[in-house]
This record gives sequence, C-alpha cells and structure tokens, in this order.
Amino acid sequence: MSEPTIDLRAIWNESGVQAVLDKLDAELIGLAPVKKRIREIASLLVVDRVRRDMQLAAGAPSLHMSFTGNPGTGKTTVALRMADLLHKLGYSRTGHLVAVTRDDLVGQYIGHTAPKTKEVLKKAMGGVLFIDEAYYLYRPENERDYGQEAIEILLQVMENQRDDLVVILAGYKDRMETFFRSNPGMSSRIAHHIDFPDYTDDELVSIGELILKDWNYGLSPRAKKVFRDYIERRRAQPHFANARSIRNALDRARLRQARRLLEDAGKVDKAALQTLEAEDILESRVLAGVRAVPEQKAGT
Amino acid sequence: MMTNPGNRVTQGQFSFLPDLTDAQITLQIKYALNNGWAVSVEYTDDPHPRNTYWEMYGNPMFDLKDPAGILMEINECRKTFPNHYVRVLAFNSVRGVESPAMSFIVNRPKNEPGFGLTRQEGPGRQVHYTITSYAATKPEGERYS
Repeated sequence: MSEPTIDLRAIWNESGVQAVLDKLDAELIGLAPVKKRIREIASLLVVDRVRRDMQLAAGAPSLHMSFTGNPGTGKTTVALRMADLLHKLGYSRTGHLVAVTRDDLVGQYIGHTAPKTKEVLKKAMGGVLFIDEAYYLYRPENERDYGQEAIEILLQVMENQRDDLVVILAGYKDRMETFFRSNPGMSSRIAHHIDFPDYTDDELVSIGELILKDWNYGLSPRAKKVFRDYIERRRAQPHFANARSIRNALDRARLRQARRLLEDAGKVDKAALQTLEAEDILESRVLAGVRAVPEQKAGT
Repeated sequence: MMTNPGNRVTQGQFSFLPDLTDAQITLQIKYALNNGWAVSVEYTDDPHPRNTYWEMYGNPMFDLKDPAGILMEINECRKTFPNHYVRVLAFNSVRGVESPAMSFIVNRPKNEPGFGLTRQEGPGRQVHYTITSYAATKPEGERYS
C-alpha cells in the first residue's frame, strides 16, 4: 500500500497566503530579508498544518515575534500584514491587530498595572498584540517601576494562551537587545527575531513615488533629481526616520505646490495639479544651501 | 414532588440545562460579541431571585473581538470565588434598549441547599409568603464553604 501524498502547493494556494505575500511584495519596497523570513514562517505554518493532519508531532508553534529596526522601516505595516497572514493560515482567529505602547500597559500607581495590562490583552485576544517600543517596558534605573509587572503578566499569557494571542514586540535594535538581555524569559519565548534594514536611497525614491502615486501626484523629471539629492542630505541630518521622513517631506512639498499654484496663475490644468515641481522640494530647509544653484546640484 | 432535583438555582438563560462547558460558553459569548454587546462577569453568594444586582468582577469588557479574553476573566473569577454563583452578562447599549440582552450562570456552588418557604398569617387569615435561602442564613462569604 502506497502512502497517500498531499499536494502542498494546493494547500498553499487554497489558504490565500500567496495573495498576502504578493501584496507585501507590491506595497513594501526593499526589505528583502524580512520578506524572506515571512515567507519561511508561512511555509512552516503550512507544513505544520499538514503534519498535524497526518497525525505527526506538531507542537503548537510559538509565533511570538520581535521586529527590530530603525524608525520608519515598516515594522507596523509588516505587523499588520502578519496578522492577516496568520488569520489566513488559521493561527489567529480574528486577524485584528492591537497596537499599544508602554502607556497602554503600565499603570501610574500600585495595583493599576495588572488590570490595565489585562484589559489590553483581552482586547487583543484572537488576534495580534503589537507592542511598539517595547524596551520602554523595562526601566532598570528605577527598581520600583511598574513595567516589570506588565512584563510578568505578558509572559504568563504568552506562555499559557499561545493559541489565543500572538505578541509582536518592536523597537530599535540596540535597545531591544538590552531589553532581551535583562529579560531572558521574554527572549526565550520569542521564536522569531526579525531585523528590518534601513532603506537605500534608491529604495526611498521608489517609496516616495509609491506614496505620491497613492495620492495621485507625480514628480516632474527635474523634481525627481532634486528629490534624490534631498534624500541624501536628509539622511545625514538627525531624526531621520526612513519612509516616515519621506512621507513628511512629500506632505510639505504638497503644501508648497498648492501655494505656488495659487500664487502663480490661479488657472491650472489637471497635469499641473498632479505634478510636484523641483522648486516645491528645493524650498525645503534641508536643501537651503543648494537653493542658489539648483540646476547644477540637480544634475549630480 | 421534587421538580428541581438538587435545588439548583434557575436564573437567566440555560439554567434548567446541565452546566455549560467552556466550549459552549465560548460560543454564547461569541454570539454576544457578534451582536456588539459588552460582556461582563458578576458574582454573588446570595441566590435570592430578587437579588438582581450582583457584584461586578472587574469592569465590563468593551471592544473585545474574541471570546478568549472573557473566558480568561471567567476562569479568574471562578478561581477567586469557587463556591459563589458567577454569571455572564451581555449588555446591549443601543439607544432605546440599554439593558442586558443575555445573562447566564457559569459557576455555582457544589451544594445548593435550596429555599425554605415561610407562611405568615396576616389579619383576616391573609397569608404572606416569603422564601429564604438556607444558605443565606450565614454571613456573606461563608455561605457555601
């Protein structure tokens, strides 16, 4: 008697995972290691499900994750997709994401923390709990900080109710490492550590174009060159937040474009309404020094 | 004739049925959540039918998406009060309704002694009836231990 075979590919297609991964590929530029890791996790979950159907040992997989990376590298967006993915694979019942920070978990006085943390946990049950800047939960400089209490409750639920809740911790890489070092219990309960790399300049330009496309805007050819220059300079400045900085810069460019359109003519066509010109970006504080010689600078 | 063997308190939904399992409770809560009702957990050790307002165990739970969180709360309440009555309420906050839409007991004491009926002879041979729980003769907190 031959062993029955199972078409993994068919199960994969049936679960609708491919659609989520395709969306991830289309909407998120770069982040190759992250996408690879997510594909691996999805594959593992599909295989695990088949193993369980064949009565092979398949312990409830630990799905808690940690996303580390600089601000604006897409941690929250990926977490949202992850919730969707887990829902499609049947590892999360509702597929909703509850995003919280320290404030939502830790109370202000004795006895305030436990109910607060529990309430958040209850809201996240069946879905994904996303704790942004999780390292703030632990404050070693203050031994009476209530963050420790929140961590303990979190750990207990992460361990006992693995079927009900997936926890994703996010934060800067170095600070999260310190956090895990001082909370070994937390570290050992998190199976997947995913690091989000910074975007390259090319990727940021593509991201900017994608954002603009969403808003029904576009860059004129010259503006594109200036924009690239802008990204290079912005990166060198403090508080650079990758994609978030790009979005904000484009937001401000839109403001300037609107003002320019009103001041210039008052009469516009559809193309003018859609196009951001080089001067809209050049007026930025970041490019202040370049203002006098925009043509030359734009050519570099 | 014993119509209610074991003197089980029959209040709210499903109280004539055998105790609900956790899986059944989960399904009931899911129904409440799908209707957008806020679910809360209450407890008491006074089984008198006119004892309408029980003690709240924690706050009512708004904005929940999944029954697992409520089941967690129920289990905690059961652990804290293993010999009390625990019930689950679903509150419908729609304007004009604003009242509990569901209420069912999820935990009861092991022994329920039932109620005694007192008949009080009034003027003109009028009779006043009073029921008293045998358990309620003891002070609160010691009734079913």
